[in-house]
Amino acid sequence: MKIILNEQQLAITIQRLTHQLLENHLDLQNTVLIGIQPRGIYFSDRIVRQLQTEVKPEAIQYGKLDITFYRDDVRKGLHELNYTEIPFSIENKNVVLIDDVLWTGRTIRASLDALLDFGRPAKVELCVLIDRRFSRQLPIQADYVGRPIDSIITQKVKVFWKEKDGKDEVELL
Amino acid sequence: MQLSTKHLLGIRDLQPVDIQLILDTATQFKEVLQRPIKKVPTLRDVTIVNLFYENSTRTRISFELAEKRLSADTINFTASGSSAAKGETLLDTVNNILSMKVDMVVMRHSASGAPHFLAKHIPAAIVNAGDGINEHPTQALLDAFSIREALGELAGKKVAIIGDIMHSRVALSNIWLLKKMGAEVTIAGPPTLIPVHLTEAFDVRVEYNLRNALEWCDVANILRIQLERQNQPLFSSLREYSLAYGVNKRLLDSLSKEIVIMHPGPINRGVELDSDAADSKQSIILHQVENGVAVRMAVLYLLAGGTQ
Repeated sequence: MKIILNEQQLAITIQRLTHQLLENHLDLQNTVLIGIQPRGIYFSDRIVRQLQTEVKPEAIQYGKLDITFYRDDVRKGLHELNYTEIPFSIENKNVVLIDDVLWTGRTIRASLDALLDFGRPAKVELCVLIDRRFSRQLPIQADYVGRPIDSIITQKVKVFWKEKDGKDEVELL
Repeated sequence: MQLSTKHLLGIRDLQPVDIQLILDTATQFKEVLQRPIKKVPTLRDVTIVNLFYENSTRTRISFELAEKRLSADTINFTASGSSAAKGETLLDTVNNILSMKVDMVVMRHSASGAPHFLAKHIPAAIVNAGDGINEHPTQALLDAFSIREALGELAGKKVAIIGDIMHSRVALSNIWLLKKMGAEVTIAGPPTLIPVHLTEAFDVRVEYNLRNALEWCDVANILRIQLERQNQPLFSSLREYSLAYGVNKRLLDSLSKEIVIMHPGPINRGVELDSDAADSKQSIILHQVENGVAVRMAVLYLLAGGTQ
């Protein structure tokens, strides 16, 4: 087991990603943030909390997306359902999808399909905490990356969040 | 995250956790139905045949919509206008359809137990859409979903099922489900329409007085008088039935509290339920229909999952 990010590094990384987001989206006028269920929303909650200290909280449009119905492996078994909540239109908006770990790219593929059923965004970007490079099964890359790592297929990346798991840490198992 | 059964033949075979899973899944599908594009690609590689050996409007449309919203391929079969009219047996018909690579069968049949028979002989998953006077599981599930939506939960709620209990598969499925989920049930209607063995099989109350039943309950599920299944007269006239067991607004207004009115449809207006009660704000009849699509999507989704 190796610790990729400890509590302090995680906090700094989230701060940096928030600033990078604001660099490109300044006042968030035409931008919406969407966290991907189930594990991505802990990360997106943190990003949003950080953003609230930087810009007017009412300027932030934040939704959550469950992609279970868009998975390509329904017949291999069912996954736990979560709720989707996008209480605004994404038509012509800049959407930032937020997930914790980018690995094969299949979750993001499904997220894009799910997202497009809500309208036609002007642009979609991807923000991830951990990017497992060289393990993609689809041509997908992130625009904002917390920490890129090299890992082999048998390894696991585990992201812990205080509100759920009792500690803030990212581990490579 | 899986049902304990391969088919949905009746509520009788389900565990409480299965019912909970179906209702929770239906909540997510209801959200899908509010979206601008009310369709998800979940079952795009699944083919479903709707076998209807008996007339149906709501259930058939509801199932078909549920299938289409899940992106499944669908085939519709109605007994009239098919080779069943030429004397082909049920099993032959179904095996012929299945040889064209169909994954699931949604079936309604006038013979009680027809889907159970089929389940023993074919590999595809079967959803019972009503068999004779036995069960109509998806109706009971959507009724439960609607009650949960109106009152928050099922456990401890008092539900009166009123009318033609004897010929009603909706009643039987509802009783199974409500008792499994911890609700209290009263059966009300004329003695000739209430089977004597029902109180032996289930922990339910029987009430022959309509007002008493309504005064007791939180929800009244009013059933249709099924004249097509009655081959001998069980009450003297529809008018007399309506006078003794018809629910109207005046009666509802005279109760000590406001109750929820449900009806599985089709309504015989002026017989078991008057228009002023059926169209009042206490009635959730159209919500039941709306919820039917979400509940059926949940059932099809859960049965299709992990089939390989």
